[in-house]
Amino acid sequence: MSNPLLKIRNLHLSMHSFDGKAHVLNGINLEVKRNEIWGLVGETGCGKSLTGLSVSGLVSSPPAEYHGGEILFDGEDLLGCHEQRLLALRGNKIGMIFQDPTTNLNPVFTIGTQLVDVALAAGASDPQVLGLTVGASGRARRRAARALAGDMLDKVGIPNARARLDDYPHQFSGGMRQRVLIAMALIGRPDLLIADEPTTALDVSVQAQILDLLRQMVDEFRMGVILITHNLGVVAQTCSHVAVMYAGNVVESGPVRRVLEQPAHPYTRALMRAIPTRDVKRGALFGLAGSVPNLLSPPTGCRFAPRCALASPACHSALPADREVAPDHKVACVHVSAMKETSYA
Amino acid sequence: MLEVEQVSKIFPGRKGLFGSSPEVQALKGVSLRIAKGESFGLVGESGSGKTTLTRSILRLDVPTSGRIMFEGEDLATLTPAALRHLRSKIQIVFQDPFASLNPRMSVHDIVTEPMLVHRAELGLSARQRSDRAAELLSLVGLGEQHLHRYPHEFSGGQRQRICVARALAPKPSLVLLDEPTSALDVSVQAQVLNLLIDLQDRLGLTYLFISHDLGVVRYLCDRVALILRGEIVEEGATQAVFEHPQSAYAKMLISAMPQVAFS
Repeated sequence: MSNPLLKIRNLHLSMHSFDGKAHVLNGINLEVKRNEIWGLVGETGCGKSLTGLSVSGLVSSPPAEYHGGEILFDGEDLLGCHEQRLLALRGNKIGMIFQDPTTNLNPVFTIGTQLVDVALAAGASDPQVLGLTVGASGRARRRAARALAGDMLDKVGIPNARARLDDYPHQFSGGMRQRVLIAMALIGRPDLLIADEPTTALDVSVQAQILDLLRQMVDEFRMGVILITHNLGVVAQTCSHVAVMYAGNVVESGPVRRVLEQPAHPYTRALMRAIPTRDVKRGALFGLAGSVPNLLSPPTGCRFAPRCALASPACHSALPADREVAPDHKVACVHVSAMKETSYA
Repeated sequence: MLEVEQVSKIFPGRKGLFGSSPEVQALKGVSLRIAKGESFGLVGESGSGKTTLTRSILRLDVPTSGRIMFEGEDLATLTPAALRHLRSKIQIVFQDPFASLNPRMSVHDIVTEPMLVHRAELGLSARQRSDRAAELLSLVGLGEQHLHRYPHEFSGGQRQRICVARALAPKPSLVLLDEPTSALDVSVQAQVLNLLIDLQDRLGLTYLFISHDLGVVRYLCDRVALILRGEIVEEGATQAVFEHPQSAYAKMLISAMPQVAFS
């Protein structure tokens, strides 16, 4: 098996707020290889976005504080990295796409200007991106950057791409803007792409197109992707793997089909039963009682225990360790081994 | 109960210093009939005219042509007093529970306000209004202890319950639900949807449920209409529309739904 592109090990993060210290990431473990699309799902406040931002080094500390753990990207620990090094990685090795395509483009510059800037910056640290040698002239670099910008726009499916380089963001629709941002994220040929709710602001039909595009790009560039979303449907349609998060922990992870068809953690099971699918009768949807724990004073032990139907004294004493219930399918629940090992033996 | 007949709405274009914009036809001859006690789903993407139609039903916008009849009365012919009475019968729950509650009012004030506005129809004293507010809160799964708290003390799902309690306060017969769960997490969404179903069964309410989430519409609604660029392109019983979509648009939308199941 190939080495993981990204390895997050036991990552702890807390935030200082007016009310005290909130322990928002509580020992995250995640491994992403090339060609894998990892869906990171969970409800509001579970830490999925902060995990993504931590990988791109965009969590400012203070107010945040990392207590231990490591984020290894191609073997290099990003947490110990200097800002200078992170600047070189972001946009070149690690690409990012965010939720709202409107606020992430500058309205007073043309799409072309913005893409060329990114291409030039990427070209400055790696001239191969532009297809030039080290000593190329400024004019040659600029010409190459513009050609690359046009190629990338074409690749993400914008019709008449080269002519549209001179258009402004407001001349594009929401879905088209998201395509522009994908083009921008991919210009530096990143090895890892972090997409934070890239389709939440879009209509369903456009969402399907953007997710298709994302899959095509993964095939073409052989990237690893972390797709952050709260929509399990999107995960099922797009991802190869999924990690389910709850209150700062990854509670279950594994190949997407295995996890969604045979969810083992009580939280994942509850989540699956809360989705209105074709076979759910009116009124039969399962709403999970209770609410997400306050991270200022999280419960000791399993953070899901207060809402869990299976909770026993053991759940409240210590954080359950990951158990592998099937190849690569890991579950952090003390009740799972008994439940699954018998059926799996 | 509600009849929308050939309603069109044209927003005039603008002529300004920096050029002009053309007029926009937001609704083109939309007709709908919603029967008493039914859940009617209106599905459309952004810019399809869902909101304009909702605003027309509430008479916050006046249609350019066509008629909207509620319980046999044409909204356009009503006197201001009659319109006020009518508004106690049609209530709305908005999409964003964080924006639709006044942060400076307590839950008690929020829920009693519509009863105060419609006191002529309801005839409740201050004491009775407070009692009804407590009743409504328990109806939506909150308690009397929540009456004197403020919106910021509640989670998104709880706030949406407060919005539902407020909508039910003047005893409406028709409730417009404008994407009531799209700002909520799945597990909370399930709670709110079940609450809406429970309330409908208990109080005999009629729902007009506006959404772009087909899964939620399929779960909640008896009948559904799809709206595209101001026109209804398909309408029918929910199961029929989802299983045998006729129009190309319906087929496209249904196939674009992100499914959790694997084929």
